[in-house]
Amino acid sequence: MAAMLARMSSQSTTPVYGLDRRVDESIVVRLGGSWALAQGLRGADLLETALVDERPVAIRFDTDDLGDWDSSLLTHLVAVSALGKEYGVDVDTSGLPLGLQRLLSLSQAVPARPDARTATTGSDFIDRVGETALQTHRVAWEGVDFVGDLTIALGRALLGRARFRGSDLALLVEQNGFEALPIVTLVTFLLGLILAFVGAVQLQTFGATIYVADLVGVAMVRDMGALITGIVMAGRSGAAFAAQLGSMKVTQETDALTTMAISPMEFLVVPRVLALCLMMPLLTLYGDAMGVLGGGFVGLTMLDLSAMEYLRQTSTAVSLTDVAGGVLKGTVYGILIAISGCLRGMQSGKSSSAVGDAATSAVVTGIVSIIIACGMFAFVFYTLGI
Amino acid sequence: MLSSGPVQDTAAITVRDVTMAYGDFVLQRDLDFSIAKGDIFVIMGGSGCGKSTLLRHLVGLNTPARGEVYYGPESFTAAEPARRREILRRVGVLYQSGALWSSMTLAENVALPLGEFTDLSPKEIREVASLKLALVGLSGFEDYHPSDISGGMQKRAGLARAMALDPEILFFDEPGAGLDPVSSGLLDNLILELRDSLGATVVIVTHELASIFAIGTNSVFLDAESRTIIASGSPSELRDHSEHERVRRFLRRET
Repeated sequence: MAAMLARMSSQSTTPVYGLDRRVDESIVVRLGGSWALAQGLRGADLLETALVDERPVAIRFDTDDLGDWDSSLLTHLVAVSALGKEYGVDVDTSGLPLGLQRLLSLSQAVPARPDARTATTGSDFIDRVGETALQTHRVAWEGVDFVGDLTIALGRALLGRARFRGSDLALLVEQNGFEALPIVTLVTFLLGLILAFVGAVQLQTFGATIYVADLVGVAMVRDMGALITGIVMAGRSGAAFAAQLGSMKVTQETDALTTMAISPMEFLVVPRVLALCLMMPLLTLYGDAMGVLGGGFVGLTMLDLSAMEYLRQTSTAVSLTDVAGGVLKGTVYGILIAISGCLRGMQSGKSSSAVGDAATSAVVTGIVSIIIACGMFAFVFYTLGI
Repeated sequence: MLSSGPVQDTAAITVRDVTMAYGDFVLQRDLDFSIAKGDIFVIMGGSGCGKSTLLRHLVGLNTPARGEVYYGPESFTAAEPARRREILRRVGVLYQSGALWSSMTLAENVALPLGEFTDLSPKEIREVASLKLALVGLSGFEDYHPSDISGGMQKRAGLARAMALDPEILFFDEPGAGLDPVSSGLLDNLILELRDSLGATVVIVTHELASIFAIGTNSVFLDAESRTIIASGSPSELRDHSEHERVRRFLRRET
């Protein structure tokens, strides 16, 4: 192809272009010199003006002085022959080199399918608003559908009738529980530390530094422990779920399950939801403890409190109801993370970039739904006086 | 040219008046044919004409915009999800890329349907899985993961999985794609042997002429331009006597 496109010649290095009129009422396009893509494309406006003004019967070509040429010339010729068709003027290609004639006919061998382009190419603002609205509506219904199907599948799982492998669940529990411990440790310990610092600055002015234990304990156990663990897990597990399920869609592995009469919902989604549902309460409890430890570290090293003092103060400040409330929140966050991860994975398109989008969207959906749930919990707990 | 009328009991699959569409875009319309038991039935046509999509419709991954697919005398399209799953248990599908579950070993891939739908003990399941892998020439590869073996081997492992439950109907989506001519020929022989020994009905989507003539007993030709079936019958018959020039040219590889 390259050899065909680039012919050796000693002609001028710039393209030469001109229109000649002949007595037989035809226009001759004079092509000379060297045509290269690097020099830019030449439009056919000049020819179009001539066609409109002079109404010739035919277009011919004169290529006696033509040197090297590449796709830039071919593109121009395609435009010329399109103009010929538009104005009903005969385009006589016999004056072109043989290679160009062949390429030109090759480019026109298969007519364009008018409906082959997707319908979403409209760039009109109103079009896009409408399409986005329809899309949002569709995605929202898919979400509702998904949650409904998942509820049925979880019901079957509770009755022991869902089809998934125990070994898959065990592996998921390990990946999303045990293996998450280091990052949960780091983040919750530091959060306890930060809370203690913030509180200490204020409480020191009253000489009431012992209440740092109350502040850290209550804040971590009631809300922050579950919230921060949830956000860490949304980034960790939510993204992983979406990427796993998304790439299984790309490789048709989910299709293979479906045609094997195994529901992907039961086989893939249920164990993931169960794994997070089992692990998030434990991780939340662990995170709470690490937070208190972080607070205690500040108390011991900077506020001259004793370990016994700090722990006693914490245990009087934090009630069992607080702990249970925090664990309940953590469990709900876990379910939300698993649902958003799996939903985005199952909605994923069939390309590598679509899998990336699914992972991103899973994290965003997961964190947003956690924060919304956190707000709702705060309101409900306040109303109930817990 | 095409059969119409009551659905016959002797047919493994009957496609009645099916239109396939993505939104407003109609891919193929008025598809009407039946696949006899024991046939090696070829769905052929140029690239992008909707061959693979037709296969997805046949196994229920896509729903026809209009019309119905019957398995035997029973409508698959109108069946309840639970009944559909029962019908699908008699069906095996080999996907274009194998679609093996990448987190499982080859033996586990073959064993999964056996574990789900039979009462065999784990040891027996392992035995059957090894047998199926041996049938496709993958003896000794039981504990390999799909990513550790070549594309041709993945395809054969996919075949072992597809026939794990001794299906009555086997679907192949472009079995020869991505294989060298020798491997592709071996796969064809394997398909023939399976049909003869298991008595299965085979439905193949392909555009590889060598395969079409080597094993196809009956076929339909999907045309991209008129968007429907323009010819049906035995492939060699169509090559020599089809009334459509496009079909003859396709089968003779003329441009």
